[in-house]
Parts: sequence; C-alpha cells; structure tokens
Amino acid sequence: MSAGTKKIDVTVTEVVEVNDLVKRFRFERSDGAEMPTFSGGAHTVVEMKDGGITRLNPYSLMSDPRDRSAFMISVRRDEQGRGGSLFMHREVKVGDRMVLSYPVNLFSLDLRAKKHLMIAGGIGITPFLAQIKQLEGMNGHFELHYSVRTAALGSYTEELKAHYPDRVHVYHDDQGEAIALGDLLDGQPLGTHLYVCGPKGMIEWVCRTAEERGWPAEAVHYEEFLAPQSGKPFSVTLAKTGKVIPVGEHQSMLEALEAAGVDAPYLCRGGACGQCETDVVSHDGAFVHRDHWLTDDQKACGNKIMPCVSRFEGRSLVIDR
Amino acid sequence: MTIQFNDETFHDDYTFRNSDWAIQRFPFPFHEDSYMYSVNLEPHLSLRPGSVYEKTFDVDEHYVAEMKDRARVLAEDPLRCQSLPHMTLAGWDLLELIMVSKAREYPDLFELHRDGDRWHWINKPLGIEQKFVFLDETTLPCGPLEYITRQAQGDYALLDQRDDNLWMDAGMVTTQADWSLDFDIGMNFFEWHAPVPMASELGVFQRALKFLLNLQQGAPVRRLNWTMTVNPLLDTSPENYHKWGVQKTALTPENVGSKQHLRVELQTLFRLPRSNALAFPIRCYLIRLEDLVTVPKWGRRLHRVLRDLPEELATYKGFIRNRPMIVEYLSQFDDGTPTSPGVFPD
Repeated sequence: MSAGTKKIDVTVTEVVEVNDLVKRFRFERSDGAEMPTFSGGAHTVVEMKDGGITRLNPYSLMSDPRDRSAFMISVRRDEQGRGGSLFMHREVKVGDRMVLSYPVNLFSLDLRAKKHLMIAGGIGITPFLAQIKQLEGMNGHFELHYSVRTAALGSYTEELKAHYPDRVHVYHDDQGEAIALGDLLDGQPLGTHLYVCGPKGMIEWVCRTAEERGWPAEAVHYEEFLAPQSGKPFSVTLAKTGKVIPVGEHQSMLEALEAAGVDAPYLCRGGACGQCETDVVSHDGAFVHRDHWLTDDQKACGNKIMPCVSRFEGRSLVIDR
Repeated sequence: MTIQFNDETFHDDYTFRNSDWAIQRFPFPFHEDSYMYSVNLEPHLSLRPGSVYEKTFDVDEHYVAEMKDRARVLAEDPLRCQSLPHMTLAGWDLLELIMVSKAREYPDLFELHRDGDRWHWINKPLGIEQKFVFLDETTLPCGPLEYITRQAQGDYALLDQRDDNLWMDAGMVTTQADWSLDFDIGMNFFEWHAPVPMASELGVFQRALKFLLNLQQGAPVRRLNWTMTVNPLLDTSPENYHKWGVQKTALTPENVGSKQHLRVELQTLFRLPRSNALAFPIRCYLIRLEDLVTVPKWGRRLHRVLRDLPEELATYKGFIRNRPMIVEYLSQFDDGTPTSPGVFPD
C-alpha cells in the first residue's frame, strides 16, 4: 500500500476499556455507507495524526467479517513502544474522525482444513476473534487454546468461554497453567491446520514444536507484526534525487521517507509482507535487518532492505528510491 | 435497452460480426510498434467513456451470443467448469462482485435487490430472474461460480492464496486461448505458466507473483494479452484442438483478411473479500484483420509487430505457419509513416 490505495474515512463510535491494558475501538464510515467485507485474520492500518507526526499502525480486525456496519480493533497499551498505542489509548475519543486502510489479510484461514487449531497469546487473540465468527457462519470446525497472564488481563475470555464452552480453552500464567502443546499437536486429526498469534517467543515455540512433531510447514500459519524498534539515528540517501533524509531515533526508515514526501510502497509495516522491499545501491556500514521477509542470504548480501522495521548503522546508505 | 445484442455464432457458420461501434472500441493491445513480454499491469480504473475499460465488467453486443456459446460448450464438456471444495466461498465472492457491479453500472440491463441475505437478481438480456439466499448453495440451480459465469462474458479463474503462492483451484473456462482448466486445476502459479517460453528467464513470473500476492481489496488491476485465431472461435481449447487446429490450414491470401482474427484478452485481477482468493477474469475480444485495418494506425502497427516478433513467440502463439501470409496481407496497409504512441485510434 502507498498513496493512491483505497482508504476509508471513519468516525470513532465507541471506545471501551476491556481491561487495564486493552481498549476496544469501533469505527463507522463517516459517509454512512457500509464497510467493506473482509476475511478473518485481516488487519487495517490506522492513521494517527499525533502532533506533527503521522503514525501508521496495523491492527487486526476483530469484528464479525459479515458485519458491514463497523470495524473493531483492540489495542494493547505498550508503555515501552514508540507511541502509537499510547496515542490510541490517551487521545482517541468517540466522535473523532480517523482514516483506515482497506483490509489486508496476511493471516487467512486455509479453507482446505478439516479443523482449525488456534493458539493465541495475549492480544494475539484479536485475529482469531474474526476467524471464529467467520467459521461459525460456515459451520467450520475450530478449537482455541488461549494463554493470558492473569484472569483480569485476559481480553474476551469470558465471552469466548460462554459462547464456545467446548471449543475454547483458557490458560492463566499466574496460576501456572500452560498449554500442553506436544500432546495437543499429537492428538489432532489428519487435515488439521495450526495457527498461532502472540508474542515472538510463543510463535517460535509453537512453530518449532510443530516441526519437531512432523507437521508439514504448509499446515502451520503464524502472524507476527513487528513493531519498528528505536535505534541510533542515521541518514539515507535517495539515488534518484540525491536527497539525504535523516532517520530519527524513534522513527522507522519508512516513516522518515514518508515524512520527506517519498511515496514508498508498504502493506503490513511489520516486516512480514515484502511490499516495501527496497534495493540498496551502495552502503558503508552495517545493516540491522529485523524483518521476516528477506532470506538470510539476501540479508548477508546487503543489497536489499525492508525500511518498515530495519535500520542501518554506519557512514552512508544509498537506496533505489 | 441501450445495447443491441447480435444474433450470431462462434462455430460452424461463424456469423460473428463486429459493428462499427465494436471496432472503434476494440482493445488494441500494442502501445508501440514492437512487442515483448512484460508484467504490464495497471490499476483497473474506469477509463474513456465507451471503451472496454470503462466498466468493471464490460458488456457488449456479443453478450447474449457468447452466453449461448458457453452453454453449448458446457453441454458438450461439463469439466470446463470446476471448483475444488474449499473454493465455494470464493465463488460467492465472485457472484457478489459481478452482480453488484453489473447492477450498478448497467441498471437498464441488470437489477439486484438485497434484503439481508435474501437476494433478488434480474438479468434482462438473458431473461433470467432468481431469488436466492446469499451463501446458501441450495437456493441456486448450480454452484455460485457456475451460476454467475453462465451470465458473464469471459473466462474466470479463481486462485486460492496460500504458502506464498497462488493455486488454480476453480474456474469457468470456455473461451480460452489453448489452455485447459481440467489440466491446470490444482496447479500453482509457476506450474500453470510452465509452457510459456522466454518469460521465466526474464524473471517475469517471480515479479508478477509477488505483486499479485499483495494485491489489495478494492484495488483491482488489469493487463492485456493477445494471440491470433483463424475464424471467430471463442473455444480454442486443447480439448477441441482436433476440430479447430486444422482450420489454420484453410487460410489463403484471398481469405486471410476475413478469416484471420486478432484475439485480445482483457485480464483483470480482483482480491476477493471473504475468501481472500483472487478472481482472474479473462475476457476475449475478436476482430478480423479486414475490420482492424479500417483503423489506419492499428493496421500499420500490427504489421510491424507481427513482422518483427521473435520466432519463439509466434510459435507459442500458434501462428508461425501462417505468419508470412498474414504479414504480406498487412503490409498493404503499412505505408511506413510513424504511428502515434498509445493504443487508441488517432
């Protein structure tokens, strides 16, 4: 996505405090028309006008994909983050006008699956909420294992257990409860697909365990949005114009390009989709590759960078923009 | 109705004809005097009122006759329409896309009335009226893909997206340029493109796939493809090659202008919302050479393109045998003067 992509002007119609860490936002189209339909697992990119900065953060859509009246997202407050979630928590009020992107799905259900086995950790529950609603509408077979820190910080656990008492299993870290993953994976019927969304460590644990237990890679699906991390400031030079753009400590290279008026492509802004892949013309220094897109060989070559999450440390970096 | 539908055939007596209107709006595919593969995708935005690029799904004077031809081909070979079990939702997505677009863009021809999931569809040119429940297959006479594509010109492939690839898992294919859905079904993007010469060496498919995997909802794209067809045959399938292949030998210097057609495909790609699959409509337009050369720019340019085309491409597109005759015929209409850039008539 970049300029020219379809966007939706919306109004915030509901802000609900789900618990101490999570707020839920409901967006309706400002022109009163219907929202686009979407598929479970899709996200939207929320534009935030935070003072002089435009923040663009992706959030999974958690509402029923069939409900054309609104989109809903849940945002976990991240005190250590760069400010997007804090802006959503502190500044966004009912009645505010905002801009959302059309839905994009990088975590869709494999509709060939005979059964969908879902593993969620914390705020990673949100894409599953939409997928479960979608599966419910088509009599799909699912089972959710959902790990939360404490009962008080478990978003939507009560609703899920009330609606799907036989299919939802909640685990509380503070009570020493843990998903018995090995046994769970071994007991699945043929044709089961496995989905995981949660903290990085959980995703790695689930993927590794599935591989060890002989699950085919095609049957294992995960979504991990990396938030861009802060780092030392650096400069990037555009090969086409010779323009030198400074990238601040708390800014991603993609954000710096956008702030300088460069129409750079993007979709997920989290190092997963590959859309922002950019050719490096020359460099003198070291890359800080943080994406899931480039292969290890490509990273070692040093001729490509994903400006949404990756950084650079050194004397000069020239990119093909 | 605003469009006069032709009573014509695409087989046996070949009464297919383009009106002057259809000739002027023909999607001539060459923007310069030479041709080489490229990904050449552009946003499928409304362009030039009256052109084939104006509407989401173009409806023209051949609509009714093309739908009769589709029914004829399907009666002989039902495997031209197939949908693997997980693609039913994508079929509903396509049905919705076509019905909503046509009702909005051709309100005098098509109507769609929706009350929640209870839908009422009226297709005036074909005399069809159907009340059904959206997402409930039992309320349609056949599956959603087959139902709607029996009422929509062009072939349709539905591509499932998974494992960083696209999979040809459903389709309606009766107007194809020598490829077979029955053969390709279940194949991935690289497998079904394997017969195309040269392009993979150029890296075209890697780039195209990467682009398509990220194609977004609400932002469809289009491209043109082309080949040459003797007689106005919509169904040039491998299954029926024994019937149409031999017709290529019937070309003579006397009949080349009327029998030889330029065949152009307007290919569009849409991200489908509920299934996250891609819809790939491939709409075929035919024009005989003697009609095409009535646009002087097109006559000159087609002569130059076909004369200079690499041999591999002329072979792949199936007209290497007749190329000298076609080029000789077109040379009469090329006075050597420069042509203007772009595809449209001067």
